[in-house]
Amino acid sequence: MARITIDPITRIGGQLRVEAEIDAGRVSAAWSSATMFRGIETVLRGRDPRDAWLLAQRICGTCTGVHGLASVRAVEQALGITIPTNARLIRNILSGTVLVRDHVMTLYLASLPDWVDSSAAIRADPAATSTLASAQGAWPKSGSDYFKGVRDRLAAVVGSDQPGPFAPAWPGHPAYRLSPEQSLLLVAHALEALEWQRDFMRVLTLLGGKDTHPQTFLVGGMALVPPWGGPAVSQTRQHPQVPDHNAPIALSEEGITLMRGLVAGALAFVDQVLVPDTQLLLATFPEWAKIGTGPGSYLCNGEYPLDDGKDAARLFPAGHLTDGNLERSEPVSEASVGETVQHAWYAYGSGDESLLRPFEGETVPSYTGQVPLVQLSDGAKYSWVKAARLDGGVMEAGALARVLVAAANGQSEVRLTLGRQLTASGLAADAMRGTLGRSLARSIEAEVMTRKLDAWLWDLQSNLATGDVAVTSVERWDPASWPDEVEGWSLGEGPRGAVGHWLRIRDKVVDHYQVVDGSTWNTSPRDALGLPGPMEAALAGVAVADPARPVELLRVIHSFAPCAACAAHVLQPAGAGPIGRHQHAPEGTR
Amino acid sequence: MDDQGLYAALVQRGMTRRSFLKFSTAMAAALALPVSYAPRIAEAVATAKRLPVIWVRAQTCGGNTESFLRAADPSISTMLLETLSIEYHESLLASAGAGTELTRTEAMARYPEGYVAVIEGAIPEGASGAYCLVGGRPVRDVAREVCDGALATIAVGSCAFDGGIAAANNALTDAKGVRGVVGDGTLITLPGCPMNVVNLTSVIVHYLTFHEWPPLDQRNRPLSVYGNLIHNECERRPHFEFGEFALSWGDEGAQRGWCLYKLGCKGPESMGNCPTARYGAGVSWNVRAGHGCVGCVMPDFWDQMGPAYKRLPAPVPFLPNVTTDMVGAAMVVGVGAAAGVHALGMGVRFKRRARNERREALAAAEGVAVAEAVDALPPDEVTADAAGTAPEGAPVVTPVADVPDPATAEGDSPTGAEVR
Repeated sequence: MARITIDPITRIGGQLRVEAEIDAGRVSAAWSSATMFRGIETVLRGRDPRDAWLLAQRICGTCTGVHGLASVRAVEQALGITIPTNARLIRNILSGTVLVRDHVMTLYLASLPDWVDSSAAIRADPAATSTLASAQGAWPKSGSDYFKGVRDRLAAVVGSDQPGPFAPAWPGHPAYRLSPEQSLLLVAHALEALEWQRDFMRVLTLLGGKDTHPQTFLVGGMALVPPWGGPAVSQTRQHPQVPDHNAPIALSEEGITLMRGLVAGALAFVDQVLVPDTQLLLATFPEWAKIGTGPGSYLCNGEYPLDDGKDAARLFPAGHLTDGNLERSEPVSEASVGETVQHAWYAYGSGDESLLRPFEGETVPSYTGQVPLVQLSDGAKYSWVKAARLDGGVMEAGALARVLVAAANGQSEVRLTLGRQLTASGLAADAMRGTLGRSLARSIEAEVMTRKLDAWLWDLQSNLATGDVAVTSVERWDPASWPDEVEGWSLGEGPRGAVGHWLRIRDKVVDHYQVVDGSTWNTSPRDALGLPGPMEAALAGVAVADPARPVELLRVIHSFAPCAACAAHVLQPAGAGPIGRHQHAPEGTR
Repeated sequence: MDDQGLYAALVQRGMTRRSFLKFSTAMAAALALPVSYAPRIAEAVATAKRLPVIWVRAQTCGGNTESFLRAADPSISTMLLETLSIEYHESLLASAGAGTELTRTEAMARYPEGYVAVIEGAIPEGASGAYCLVGGRPVRDVAREVCDGALATIAVGSCAFDGGIAAANNALTDAKGVRGVVGDGTLITLPGCPMNVVNLTSVIVHYLTFHEWPPLDQRNRPLSVYGNLIHNECERRPHFEFGEFALSWGDEGAQRGWCLYKLGCKGPESMGNCPTARYGAGVSWNVRAGHGCVGCVMPDFWDQMGPAYKRLPAPVPFLPNVTTDMVGAAMVVGVGAAAGVHALGMGVRFKRRARNERREALAAAEGVAVAEAVDALPPDEVTADAAGTAPEGAPVVTPVADVPDPATAEGDSPTGAEVR
């Protein structure tokens, strides 16, 4: 029996360490340990709740904006604010853009080096690569000159003494089964993806004013400038701000046209590059659709509200599936979420084994490991991530969970796309629950979302053009209109999985804040019953050809797109006074 | 190098001559150099050997890496393939675990003439460094090793600048910025949450062109980036001068794109180039989009610049061009007077800080009850109240008696750079 340690896990957000016991060539047990902690919920205490989203957003800069949105929603829920239709559309477009971008980058930046040997790519024949690319579809960058150019640029780096990120992890490992031409095609697409994502994210810059960390959310809506009087009814059809054709105002005819063009580009990239490449991986590694299956239970908090009601229908409906039953989706309740710290570096006054609801939390960080950390101690605490559980059960979150829950709920767009992509890959629905199944789910979501983004942009333009220019509601902006003490929460989804924010507002300031993120679910450590978290469960049983070069484990880990920065958090005892020198409060409260 | 040679070098690096010259002109502007430097910049960047970079992530959200991935000129793939040699970056490397660690130590040994260290995120000192471990070791130790052998260290983002959000509210992990934690080699800081990739590029381009780092202020920030008030470059500045303010979100003023000062914009107190550099390859920045500045480029901004929607205590119209006037005034009447003029606008800020310090000292000495008693005292932000009752847009003079000692002002002022 051999124990292997992978630390740092590269190509993820935050710091993550994985240890695995290998028994007869297979993983018998695995431990996932987040090794970075910031304590952002502590920083949030004592703040103006209208500022909370700015701070909460800094939980993650990779799927940027996700926690900012979750935070404003939680405050709005607490204060009973209904946002205007346009604000809902803009938020959907913003977070949908981040979703598509993140799914593309998860394949090309985070996962691809586990499947492709770049030292093979530089041996490829450009003409044969061009033939392969043309067979994939109509993507224009498919000439042999193009691939020769990419190969030569790549060769100049891979063959040099400065290969950097282009150095394969373990050149020649038998697990890299792609031909040189397939490898070159995928590496070329990865370089294109890097350029594409930058251009596409201008949608976020337009609507968010900043990328990363968009800065236009408001409790009550969005702080965007609508077109003065609306484009259709304005006398001059001109926005009062000086027109700059390189940088149009987001909510103007020019701005929406620019965004629609970027979304059209994304649609082409997803349809003609991302989806065929995912299929290429599935065709080459069919067994990996199943390898790395998680706990078999899936959670989706529901996301992308389709109307303005309190219980709005969602593009990805809320629900959870248990014990491999993919037919019956059960509802999700905020009250079902609980966390235990039996194996996390925190202490509960009521006993580390308790499952505490986010509103009831009481925690202090308590590091019990070694410095430096040589080996995680079995049976003790080993991570900065708490074990999040739904009614005590282990839940996998993320794209796969969303797609499966949506299919179980009969969501037609998802079912159609799922059916088409499954047919193309020749997989049965229950055979897509493993490593490449998660990639397939991301490509399904990207396809659904790019179409939806276009539809939402039309809706938005149509509203603005007909004079509905409201993007924010200020009825509860004044703290004097707030109750003395109120609780709120939001359940939604980020690219990496289910996101929940809980807060209590007391005396006009944040008194208690708690976040349970998609990666909290997926990278969670063992719970008080000793049940491993989803990623740990998925690693168990995976065959490792060479423990010194555990590329198989990296494939499984990256399929979850884990983000250790999001996953680790802390909550504070309710009722303790504000800490530190910070003494900001809304006007009129001191 | 002749034109033919330069052109060949550019093509080999995957770009057209035209796009590269456009980039060089933009870089000259970003570095506050005459446009006549553009060809020199183009040549330097086209011919320079790839600059080795070791990028260490500490307590970070990854936002600065994301910002780096949005590099437009040169494009991100050109940066990765031809301009830089990213020897180590946990978000980008194919290898993992011990192999990655080995990559880093080998790279450190391979460049005796040095490499550039980039640090992203805050460095926690608490719990013996256990709040951030890389390869099982405290990131503080890793960062020290890497920075010791570096040509220069670039601290990207607000967390690496002064601890950022991990250090706000006296948080639990005793998080610090890079300064003071690593050795005293060349340090360049690029605060901002996140830093703008244009600024990172311009610093690197400056080095490749002139073989030295750009001039820095006393907080190690490049003057070309952080030498100006955001307010002074803001496209909404004319509305400020005319007294045209948005007073409520979504009101007529907000819809017309008027000044956001009264909705809490911190542009009048923040030093940076956001209005000119913008984000998304120049497409927008937050004030253009419609939300005020939150001062993310400033020291200790989470605690000192908030709340985000509370208007600044002292109005600035009294000094329409505070920065340029300051420089001029310093030349004419001497540094002391200049600091005094400058401090007019900053007086209340110092008072607030003094009050915070008083509260802390009291809390330490006599317990929280006394500190709360101090809180109960009448607010000393008198000028803020005065501004509130003044007619719309009318200048309000901060009493000169509030001016702190110029020496203190220079050392402590977040905008101290231009007072020298």
